[in-house]
Amino acid sequence: MQFGVFSVSDITTDPTTGRTPTEAERIKAIVAIAQKAEEVGLDVFALGEHHNPPFFSSSPTTTLAYIAARTTRIQLSTSTTLITTNDPVKIAEDYAMLQHLADGRVDLMMGRGNTGPVYPWFGQDIRNGIQLAIENYALLRRLWDEEVVDWSGQFRTSLQGFTSTPRPLDGVPPFVWHGSIRSPQIAEQAAYYGDGFFHNHIFWPPEHTQRMVEFYRRRFEHYGHGSADQAIVGLGGQVFMRKNSQDAVNEFRPYFDNAPVYGHGPSLEEFSRETPLTVGSPQQVIERTLGFRDYVGDYQRQLFLIDHAGLPLKTVLEQLDILGEEVVPVLRKEFAALKPAHVPDAPTHASRVAARGGAKDATVYAAADDVTGQVRDEAPEEAQTR
Amino acid sequence: MSTRTLAVVSAGLSVPSSTRLLADRLSTATVAALRERGEDTTVTVVELRDHARDLADNLVTGFANEALRGSIEAVTGADGLIAVTPVFSASYSGLFKTFFDVLDKGVLAGKPVLLGATAGTARHSLVIEHAMRPLFAHLRAIAVPTGVFAASEDWGGDGGVDRALAGRIERAAGEFADLVTGRPSAAPTEALEGPFGGTPSFETLLRGV
Repeated sequence: MQFGVFSVSDITTDPTTGRTPTEAERIKAIVAIAQKAEEVGLDVFALGEHHNPPFFSSSPTTTLAYIAARTTRIQLSTSTTLITTNDPVKIAEDYAMLQHLADGRVDLMMGRGNTGPVYPWFGQDIRNGIQLAIENYALLRRLWDEEVVDWSGQFRTSLQGFTSTPRPLDGVPPFVWHGSIRSPQIAEQAAYYGDGFFHNHIFWPPEHTQRMVEFYRRRFEHYGHGSADQAIVGLGGQVFMRKNSQDAVNEFRPYFDNAPVYGHGPSLEEFSRETPLTVGSPQQVIERTLGFRDYVGDYQRQLFLIDHAGLPLKTVLEQLDILGEEVVPVLRKEFAALKPAHVPDAPTHASRVAARGGAKDATVYAAADDVTGQVRDEAPEEAQTR
Repeated sequence: MSTRTLAVVSAGLSVPSSTRLLADRLSTATVAALRERGEDTTVTVVELRDHARDLADNLVTGFANEALRGSIEAVTGADGLIAVTPVFSASYSGLFKTFFDVLDKGVLAGKPVLLGATAGTARHSLVIEHAMRPLFAHLRAIAVPTGVFAASEDWGGDGGVDRALAGRIERAAGEFADLVTGRPSAAPTEALEGPFGGTPSFETLLRGV
């Protein structure tokens, strides 16, 4: 099972000091958080995509490529990539590029975005949200899976004989998760393709998450990708830990009470009871997280949200230390002991390459170079031998 | 004799409240009218005052907490709904509207609803027509033709209720009972296919593109 952190990339005032970090500080902080996540032994770092304040992460592949250069092991992902408003051609290119630079340590999570106005910023219409997610992803799949694509659809100009470059690393595209909180159509989409399904989980009662995951599992089996318990499931989680649980509650309460998403509503205690939020000792986090399995079954990826609501970088890094030293090693062992052998691990580039029967160079060499006019057999020798 | 389920939503704030009083009269009359038509009835009353904070929390968090979930399920799963609000600033109260704001889309579609409203003065008599009916039309519920409005003065007659008000209550209950018995019992919230059973298959979704 994979454990990691995901960030929504919010720039939020620290309610205890009244100070708001600059974009520059938060952008550098997210790099520090990703590096620390690798250092403490986590498996995944995922970053959101937003195009409006108070968020900074408009360009996740730039950030993830930079992180890739400064790490060696951690899997890089998104939370989420906007399949609705990004041109699928650009997603195909950007993430294949990132995949090469990161030596395959890349997957991504498709989402529809957090705000209605983002649609017109990119020339789209929110009323087409679900249909955009379906058509754009259908095109993205073809751009990765087929070398030469002819395409015509409802939402973008047609493609004739188009080849998306670079080709996916070793001929194997990044694994895709589909994130959705309340749209069963997206769970259906994930099931249809045999892709992963990620439920945000953290702002909702467990029953809600359970129903969506159950639906995805049943449909995954229906489409013939394996039995329902072999479907690939990821969950969010939200934690704040200190050695003594009362210290955690006292320290986190002002951040909770003023959090942009749920602040000024229920109390910390009420929200902790109704949702997976766990504020307390590492042991409490371990027990609560193991309990997720009771209602979604054996799952493959657990991502924690730890850097939101104005928490300062120093605190976030301390949280990562606790996760890496005290929580994840226990969870790893306990979840592994519970998981039946026929339930797969989260796909990685290595496992997907192996499943395809090994790596192959997928480079597509142009028959003729339309810049220089050279035809292929005149091309320099190194271009052909790579 | 089959058994019907009735949910009563009352948005009265004081205890006792004339809104709850009207809700109880409507509910008692409906139970009697259903019994005349050969149906037993179980009644669940949802006092929105008890959910004032739950509803505010729902607005902020986007989900109903456990206490509110129970009441929402009672309403969405019922064969018929009686909805009664006090008049605040010439319309239904904010608390009343919030309850219907947080319901999932479509959950009241086709459900018979008996509307009631109370106010301190008869000058608000048309509030059911100009405020409540459009709301329930939007929710695609089937509002009973007779809605019952009661001003303070209507409670002053013999036996605590003005004869005309009692007559309106009885007529409304009869119309409501006819609507409820004319329909099959509400299906259990989760049909055989399980949750999201109505989701189109991916082939259908693709064709929609």
